[in-house]
Amino acid sequence: MVLQVEGLRTCFPIGGKMIPIVDEVNFTLEKGKCLALVGESGCGKSMTALSLLRLVPRPGEITSGRVLLDGKDLLKKSVPQMRAVRGYDISMIFQEPMTSLNPVVRVGDQVVEALQLHETVSKKAARERGIALFKRVGIPDPEARFDTYPHQLSGGLKQRVMIAMALVTKPRVLLADEPTTALDVTIQAQIISLMRELQRDFETAILLITHDLGIVNQIADEIAVMYAGRIVEQGEKKQILGGPAHPYTQGLLAALPGRVAPGERLHEIKGTVPSPAKWPSGCRFRPRCPEAIDACAERVPELLSLGEGKTRAACIVRQHAKGIVRQEAGSTMRQHAGTAVEQDAGSAVRQHEKSTVRQEEEK
Amino acid sequence: MAKYLKLFSEWLDEPVHQAFFSNATVAFVVLLGVLVGMYARRNEIWGSAFAEIFRRRKLAVLVLGLYVLVALCDSILWVGGSTGTDQVSAHEARSIVDRAFDGTLEKSYSAPLASEEFYDKSRLKNPGSHILGTNILGQDILYITLKGARVALLIGGLTSLITIPLALLFGLTAGYFGGRVDDFVFFITSTLESVPGILLLIVMIMVLGKSTLTVCIALGVTSWVGFCRLSRGEAMKLREMDYVAAARSLGVGHLQIITRHILPNLMHLVVITFVLLFSGLVLAEATLAWLGIGVDGSWGQMIAAAKDELSRDPMVWWNILPAGTALFVLLLAVNLIGDAIRDVLDPRTLGERR
Repeated sequence: MVLQVEGLRTCFPIGGKMIPIVDEVNFTLEKGKCLALVGESGCGKSMTALSLLRLVPRPGEITSGRVLLDGKDLLKKSVPQMRAVRGYDISMIFQEPMTSLNPVVRVGDQVVEALQLHETVSKKAARERGIALFKRVGIPDPEARFDTYPHQLSGGLKQRVMIAMALVTKPRVLLADEPTTALDVTIQAQIISLMRELQRDFETAILLITHDLGIVNQIADEIAVMYAGRIVEQGEKKQILGGPAHPYTQGLLAALPGRVAPGERLHEIKGTVPSPAKWPSGCRFRPRCPEAIDACAERVPELLSLGEGKTRAACIVRQHAKGIVRQEAGSTMRQHAGTAVEQDAGSAVRQHEKSTVRQEEEK
Repeated sequence: MAKYLKLFSEWLDEPVHQAFFSNATVAFVVLLGVLVGMYARRNEIWGSAFAEIFRRRKLAVLVLGLYVLVALCDSILWVGGSTGTDQVSAHEARSIVDRAFDGTLEKSYSAPLASEEFYDKSRLKNPGSHILGTNILGQDILYITLKGARVALLIGGLTSLITIPLALLFGLTAGYFGGRVDDFVFFITSTLESVPGILLLIVMIMVLGKSTLTVCIALGVTSWVGFCRLSRGEAMKLREMDYVAAARSLGVGHLQIITRHILPNLMHLVVITFVLLFSGLVLAEATLAWLGIGVDGSWGQMIAAAKDELSRDPMVWWNILPAGTALFVLLLAVNLIGDAIRDVLDPRTLGERR
């Protein structure tokens, strides 16, 4: 276990109140494993990653929780100590390779910046290590590319540079914030397989933030599904993709394009994620949930094991159904029509992947 | 501050010190030029920008180069050598330009290329050799006009050297850190902006004493506000960029983020501001000269002195024309180059060039 996050809560002042954008998030990252943090836009995924680095933009702040790196709480470290952790123990890959590289600094210099910052290396040695890493992340003609400016590189090459930048100090934890979103499908596949390789070789623990379940299926070991600042379901990849427990996860998987026959309408989850100021009481997915009952509004569901493997879900309805009830055992259960969703969603993911591969081949 | 300035100017009074200081400055400027040239050659962004500016404004660049050459020739000083006859003594440090015009001092006015004096018609010492005539003191107009180039470039350059670092220091810290720092800087700039600039200039020159350096300091202190605001705004924009966030996530400190990731991204603004500020400052000095608090030997002072000569009968016109023309041509060249620099370095037109 490299990184352990306990009860992390990051708040932003909205309308005069501190609203927890990241609410009681718990997870652990294992050496050489990949945890995928999945969810819609605006559900607090990126903010979780930034909280781990203590880079939450003002006026937001981390109000409670612990982030343990090798048992030491990062939230208690001084600013210079924290700076020494960033880029050395924990690195981050950003979403937009186009804007995440400084346009007026040579890419090579940007890559070795962290190296020169955290380790005492000569310029020449840093350059050599940078070029070796360029070769490692699959940049052709690394010596020449080392001295180019970002605008001279393609999107895929830039993302490789970003990965090199994050890996140059061989960090133990890598936070990848939608590393493939800005790339086209062919390049996506290359970047994903590169990350998988590097993860194996460097034994880095990866926190992958994405909303692309195809990528999750390819690279992740564990999945945490986030909705409106909370983790609603968490467990091993196979179990979650194969048999999701939470209605939200079921909806996400049902929305995959591979789920429906060509020509039919795609499934959707009705509505949108409400803005943080309007988050409902109790279960935050309640207004969009096809199975919501009155009890859902009364208390915040806990993340509990449903008895199948390691999967835990925060849904009162499901917990009732399994007989794992903490209180209000007599609450009325509404019959739900959404059972069709529950069937093999894993095959949907596989189909989605197949169609992705097909697209690649066509290109 | 004023005390040290006084000590420094006393030290400079010694001709040998003056020569040393001036020659060191020349060496520094030439070295800086060579370094910039070498950097531009190595760095393709700036290299291609400079090449493009030269291609667009060949004449303006050559004219500016000529001014710089004259100014440098006028700054290489040494003591001794042949003194000629007139105003300069053997103990004074004299430049190449001074030596080229040795012994050209007449008694009074003479028209361009005339062989006799303008009013009493007595024969000149050097008949027909004063291309632009002489002034009331008998000084060759071409000579003092050429000497004005050094003063003009000194005012523009030295003042920019004070203004731009000051503006960047305040602007970048205010924009990058925001909050209290920003409030503080904004308070200073607003205060400074609400005081009439010319009044502040006059007061500062009165307090610090009238010399080239103090005029430059006064101009510098009153002219940094505009660029400070510009760089503050730019820093506020740049600190939100993804690459700044990326640098922060790699553990880069504030100072290094400012110097490595923000400053280089507004360097084009520094260059453009430098050029535009330069012409503005030379012009501002001409205004000060009109008020009688300019720098000795500047074109502004020449113009201020020559304006009275225009009312003579017959009119003495050759005193004001060369100074005005020299000033005009310099400012035109600088502004044309500034225009080209703005075009070339503007990110919106970058794509068209490549």
